[in-house]
Amino acid sequence: MAHRLTSALALLGIRLCAQTEVPKQNPFTSTQDLERGARLFAANCAPCHGPRGNGGRGANLARPKLPRATDDRALFLIIQDGISGTEMPGAWSMTDHEIWQVAAHVRTLGRVAAEPVRGNGASGRELFRASGCGNCHRIGSEGGRLGPPLTDIGERRGAAYLRSAILDPGSSLPEDFTMIDVTTRAGAHISGIVLNEDTYSVQFRDLSDNLRSFWKQDLAAVERHDDRTPMPGFQGRLTDKEVDDLVAYLVSLRGEE
Amino acid sequence: MKRPLGLLVLAHLALSMPAQVSFERIRRADREPGNWLTYSGNYAGHRYSALDQIHTANVQKLRPVWVYQMSADDAAETSPVVVDGIMYVSEPPSNVTALDTRTGRPLWRFRRQVPKDVRVCCGQVNRGVALLDELVFVGTVDAHLIALDRVTGAVRWDATVADYKTGHAITVAPLAVKDKVIIGIAGGEYGVRGFVDAYDAQTGKRAWRVWTVPGPDDPGHETWAGESWRTGSATTWVTGSYDPEFNLVYWGTGNPGPDWNADRRGGDNLYSDCLLALDPDSGKLRWHYQFTPHDTHDWDSTEIPVLVQTNIRGRERKVVLLANRNAFYYVLDRQTGEFLHGSAFAKQTWATGLDDRGRPVLVPGTAPSETGAQVYPSVPGATNWFSPSYSPKTDLFYVAVREEGGLYYKGEAEYKAGALFNGGGFRSIPRETPYGAIRAMRPATGEMQWEFKLFSPPWAGVLSTAGGLVFAGTNEGDFLALDAANGKSLWHFQTGGIIRANPVSYLSGGKQHVVIAAGNALFAFGME
Repeated sequence: MAHRLTSALALLGIRLCAQTEVPKQNPFTSTQDLERGARLFAANCAPCHGPRGNGGRGANLARPKLPRATDDRALFLIIQDGISGTEMPGAWSMTDHEIWQVAAHVRTLGRVAAEPVRGNGASGRELFRASGCGNCHRIGSEGGRLGPPLTDIGERRGAAYLRSAILDPGSSLPEDFTMIDVTTRAGAHISGIVLNEDTYSVQFRDLSDNLRSFWKQDLAAVERHDDRTPMPGFQGRLTDKEVDDLVAYLVSLRGEE
Repeated sequence: MKRPLGLLVLAHLALSMPAQVSFERIRRADREPGNWLTYSGNYAGHRYSALDQIHTANVQKLRPVWVYQMSADDAAETSPVVVDGIMYVSEPPSNVTALDTRTGRPLWRFRRQVPKDVRVCCGQVNRGVALLDELVFVGTVDAHLIALDRVTGAVRWDATVADYKTGHAITVAPLAVKDKVIIGIAGGEYGVRGFVDAYDAQTGKRAWRVWTVPGPDDPGHETWAGESWRTGSATTWVTGSYDPEFNLVYWGTGNPGPDWNADRRGGDNLYSDCLLALDPDSGKLRWHYQFTPHDTHDWDSTEIPVLVQTNIRGRERKVVLLANRNAFYYVLDRQTGEFLHGSAFAKQTWATGLDDRGRPVLVPGTAPSETGAQVYPSVPGATNWFSPSYSPKTDLFYVAVREEGGLYYKGEAEYKAGALFNGGGFRSIPRETPYGAIRAMRPATGEMQWEFKLFSPPWAGVLSTAGGLVFAGTNEGDFLALDAANGKSLWHFQTGGIIRANPVSYLSGGKQHVVIAAGNALFAFGME
């Protein structure tokens, strides 16, 4: 939840100590540093980036070159400060030493053989169109807006995550994508994606793209669902090969050319 | 043009009234409910207004009468003081403005040039000023205590309390008692050694200092392993209360440092997470009570101590109430510090309960770990610095509660002067939906009378009034009034900014007003 993250960061603030010059090369790469970096990674980073760093909710780090972290200093600063406008938070609680240890471990991930993406991207692209995915998901300038845009989904999510999101979309939802069902006093049921909520009111986008706003006192029921999505699961509706193809296509989406 | 002229004449009358605030006036603050003379409204920490013009039957008509915009980066945590038509309000980071309560217009401004390299863990904020005689006192984030002329805002004296470069900062509102100004220090995330100071109000000369981490020759030093006391923190960043009868100041202390890695600080770590009873004349420590010995969760005990008289097991007692960040509510005898009652007021999973003397009985496996230990409450705790309230009219204690757990991580803890010294970190629990509440409790037993649920765990304090209302604020910007008797929501107003402040009430032009900071603005509400 955004408000949770905000309050946690507000509580402890950003790292305000005088910023000494961050070296370009990681000064902590001993065996002990790597071991500790792996443990810190497992506790702090793996929940999003996957235990082997090959992506999930967070970006795939198991590749030889990280586009946002071309040198160690850039990697250090990303771990320290996070990436604004994304779900990647800063590691305000780690010491500089610990950040370098994590950075050292992250660099080893790229040396692991990349997870092969089995499918055929071109077939996946056709399947994406044929299955109506674009009715809800936008790629570039085309598509609907009910679901999250997928223009650069291959940068932000790993293949394993995408596979599970296709088969069981409720299993891991992005932040700020919570479904809500409301029932008005007149008995009307409306579902949508929450835009804003407080003690007295709620605002959401309904499934027909209408922006809605209600006082809670005017509603008979308000239910939030952190584990539900309007997207259908494709388990049993696509063959294994079709899922592979779709994943291959999504992994290839790296932002607008 | 008739009306503006009339307003001007009225304003002139209001502003020419005597505004000097003697110690006697503060001591008897309950006798002049039209003013708000000290941080919590009175020395007893009640944050209660005896005004009843705004009440349960007419609060629906409450409207903003003016808004004062601050130019600040951090959301204001300020709690204004009001005397005879003038409101003294602190603004982030360490500024003060005197406002005309009738128009919301500034009368003078004090702007502190804050060095660029100050370190404050949790926002460059200030919670308020203190008044005494001709002076207005404010602490600064670069750890100075400054006295301003109440009429001009000019600096009368400027005392260096500590070195900001080692992580010391002042965010707390000072407390003026007799001829002294008492001030605490922040820096508990930077391994400072905490203290409470008193300064001569007239000269700015330091009268006494009480270290909250005892040195080698002091009792309590043995509760710190090795040299760990040197970075023991136990900071004092929220304003205390005062009992003139016993001549005792009650002041809370913060977490031991480093927060989440206690490997090198074996022992109970006195006087971290304590309530201290201090003689304001000498600074002598009369008694202490430690709520969370050897804390590993950052549960500062810097909540407001609330002084009341209540019947405990058939006997009238003068007690101090404290709803602690660790999720337990405590009642102590305020003359002796004797533990009288303790019970959880929010979800907690770290203690099976409290023993006969109030010491927590720990649940194994709840200390921070490298893989993360799931514990309730979260690091911000079941409540925090924002004020509770006690209404003598309903005889209820009101508190803003945070219902949230956290994952606690243990990390490295190497002290480097001026750098964060946490020894770990924390995260929210995946898929948990935290919430908040305003709760009303019986003072003697902590028994809950009612609760009003809030969408998210709050960062704002409460005010109760003789009009039968409890005012509260939310992260989403709702300022609201509840029925003090049953918690029913009677009124709310969307301010458009996070409310991380405490409400106060006063008379302006003979009419009751309520003021709250939200975002970077101050909203005054009234019936006109």
